[in-house]
Amino acid sequence: MTATRDKFGRPVVVVTGMGVVTSLGAGKTDNWAKLTAGESGIRTITRFPTVGLKTTMAGTVDFIPIEPFSSTDLSERLADLAAGEAVAQANIGTRGDFPGPLFLAVAPVEIEWPQRQEMGRAVGTSEFNYDDLLRACGGGKFTRYHRRFLFGSVADHLAGTFGTKDSPISLSTACASGATAIQLGVEAIRRGETDAALCVGTEGSVNPESLVRFSLLSALSTHNDPPQSASKPFSKNRDGFVIAEGAAALVLESYEAATARGAEIIGVVAGCGELTDSFHRTRSSPDGKPIIGCVRKALADAGMTSEQIDYINAHGTATPENDKMEYLGISTVFGERAKQVPVSSNKSMVGHTISAAGAVEAVFSLLTLEHQRIPPTINYDVPDPAIPFDVVPNTARDARVTAVMSNSFGFGGQNASLVLTREPI
Amino acid sequence: MTETTASNSGRAEVWITGIGLATSLGEGLDANWDALNQRRINVDEKGFAPYVVHPWAPVNLDSQIPRKGDQRQMEAWQRIGTYAAGLALESAGVKGNKEILGRMDMIVAAGGGERDISVDVGILTAQAKGNSAPGFLNERLMNDLRPTLFLAQLSNLLAGNIAIVHGVTGTSRTFMGEELAGVDAARIALARIAGGQSDIALIGGSQNGERKDLLVLYEFAGFNLKDRFAPVWTRGKSAGFALGSAGAFLVIESKAHAQARGAKPYARLTRVVADLARRDNPGEVTASLQKLWSKLGPLESKGVIITGATGAEPVTAEERAFLGEHKDFAVRATGTMFGHTMETQFPLGLGLAALSISRGALFPPNDPSGLEVEKSGPPAQIVVIGAGHWRGEGMALVEAIQ
Repeated sequence: MTATRDKFGRPVVVVTGMGVVTSLGAGKTDNWAKLTAGESGIRTITRFPTVGLKTTMAGTVDFIPIEPFSSTDLSERLADLAAGEAVAQANIGTRGDFPGPLFLAVAPVEIEWPQRQEMGRAVGTSEFNYDDLLRACGGGKFTRYHRRFLFGSVADHLAGTFGTKDSPISLSTACASGATAIQLGVEAIRRGETDAALCVGTEGSVNPESLVRFSLLSALSTHNDPPQSASKPFSKNRDGFVIAEGAAALVLESYEAATARGAEIIGVVAGCGELTDSFHRTRSSPDGKPIIGCVRKALADAGMTSEQIDYINAHGTATPENDKMEYLGISTVFGERAKQVPVSSNKSMVGHTISAAGAVEAVFSLLTLEHQRIPPTINYDVPDPAIPFDVVPNTARDARVTAVMSNSFGFGGQNASLVLTREPI
Repeated sequence: MTETTASNSGRAEVWITGIGLATSLGEGLDANWDALNQRRINVDEKGFAPYVVHPWAPVNLDSQIPRKGDQRQMEAWQRIGTYAAGLALESAGVKGNKEILGRMDMIVAAGGGERDISVDVGILTAQAKGNSAPGFLNERLMNDLRPTLFLAQLSNLLAGNIAIVHGVTGTSRTFMGEELAGVDAARIALARIAGGQSDIALIGGSQNGERKDLLVLYEFAGFNLKDRFAPVWTRGKSAGFALGSAGAFLVIESKAHAQARGAKPYARLTRVVADLARRDNPGEVTASLQKLWSKLGPLESKGVIITGATGAEPVTAEERAFLGEHKDFAVRATGTMFGHTMETQFPLGLGLAALSISRGALFPPNDPSGLEVEKSGPPAQIVVIGAGHWRGEGMALVEAIQ
């Protein structure tokens, strides 16, 4: 065994570049400053009328104008920014020539209402059926929407911009997508297929239909006023998640390749775990077994025990269900330590960036390792006695952190956990 | 370009041990094999006129999705896929085997977004009549959308439904991105098994072609075949594809894993390669396919190609140019018989390749243009090709196990 291999003989996978954009701002510096200051990026929605909606706030990224708006266009811009920052920090390859594949966590793409309404106007009458609409789409006047609303369109754009190699992969594992993108990159490097991978998660989905869909499933917080207080992970009065936008990107490399080119090592992706829950489309198995198994798989993959984890970056969505199940899962694996190890939720400040969340929170976990400072869970005023975590309430905390677990759980029984360390274990 | 191989020393050999097909030609291997041999095509020129689609052949859903509640929670594309996945697990002899299903990896190639078009058209016509108040859209969506429709639209909920209905719970990943998603599902699953990261995986996809909202996306750029059906190679000036309806899933596993449980293989999945030409200039797809071909490893002469050629242009002409350089290969275009099933076309091609190898014969040509020729004798190697209608090129080598 050499230092470039882990205890299982696999190449050690390190992070050499990171980028992040959230409702708090663009870039690591701005995000980290606000995150550790306990600031919220949640605001009242101004992008479209919210009359008739139960939820009127979100973690929108409003400082990047997209006109006319589409979630896919915003997702693409956010991914561009985050990937650009990550590749610049890694200082890898040459401009437009990234030496590895792209793994992109992206929301399922579909034609959106502004475009659908444009199609409706193209029919030219006030009484029409879907066949008329379908005919009005042809003739070449909307060709750009074919390019835009293909599922692979964002990855296609990024692959072209950054010059990633191979076939780019667009993936969705719901709220675990960002973690899955990282996991796919780790696996490719461990197989020895590549020395580097660009892993990106992006989400730009604050539009009327997204809000309605989650509202109809009673998943969103309706504590609209003040919006900054809406996201209350682990609190007794939590009432749902806050939908949010953002993106994050990580440049992964084999430790061997990174050190050979003299790259600065930001951290290590020591382990990844994944286990599917087959209980229900939106709810976790009441016994918590899939979450428990997922966390254990991540620890086993890292060759570590729960005693070695000294901070948990929680999925912590602030839905009544998630936070309860996350406590059950963590407390089963960590035992009594579950009450001592700090567990905080970035979503209290940036909201739930859905497809991007796993990547955004991996970046924040690595910044936690870098700065030896744990971002807080804000809006924690009414503790839930059923969840006796040390949630790092309301104020950031300096701490010695050598290994972080970052959890992501999503609709469709998707569970993924990452173990991130400062140094190779 | 990525390549994954099962033949390097120290890498696991990967077998295809399960095939599940539920297509416009029928359900199961025998029904599809018989239809192919009878040159039967199930196409609807009227129901979606002027657009041509291939309707899904009805099945008894209860046989693979026993709970009505589960059937109701899904839209057609998910039912088709969940049904075909069940057939694949059955074919591999692992259906209901909790120990294996609990650690089986799954990569699904999915589209999604199946919409309630009556809600959409209701909102649009109301707006056309002047209902433009702020909040009108919100109100109508809040009132008219079925709460569970979202779950029937989410791409990863095909995998979610397969987990719920069949208990496949090792890992679950959903790849998106049209044709290439199907190639990459096979490529990554093969790489993981060959590299010792996985023992057994379920891969595949599904599409419901009888969807007007899906026709919209392709109508934007004039890709839909209109008015009259024609085989892929004879579309000429009426270039385009007829959307197909199919679920196609495979169980693939390491040879050691298959042997340990006494599973009988259909064929070996030797290699899957993929690339993304920019397609800025003519000839890039031809060149990309040539490059992929050179990565497949040693190919016997007078072999077989099963292609998912779409019939869309210019990509189909570029693929023809590539095929013209391999004239000793017998070609079969699945797009003629099944239509274009997008994410599912490549898994479908892999399934038909493995089926042909296991039956010791290639199915007959169905092509008046003469590009497809008769082929006698058992195929030892079949190359599967998938060139996306807009982006992405993929290729696989499926081989007989001697």
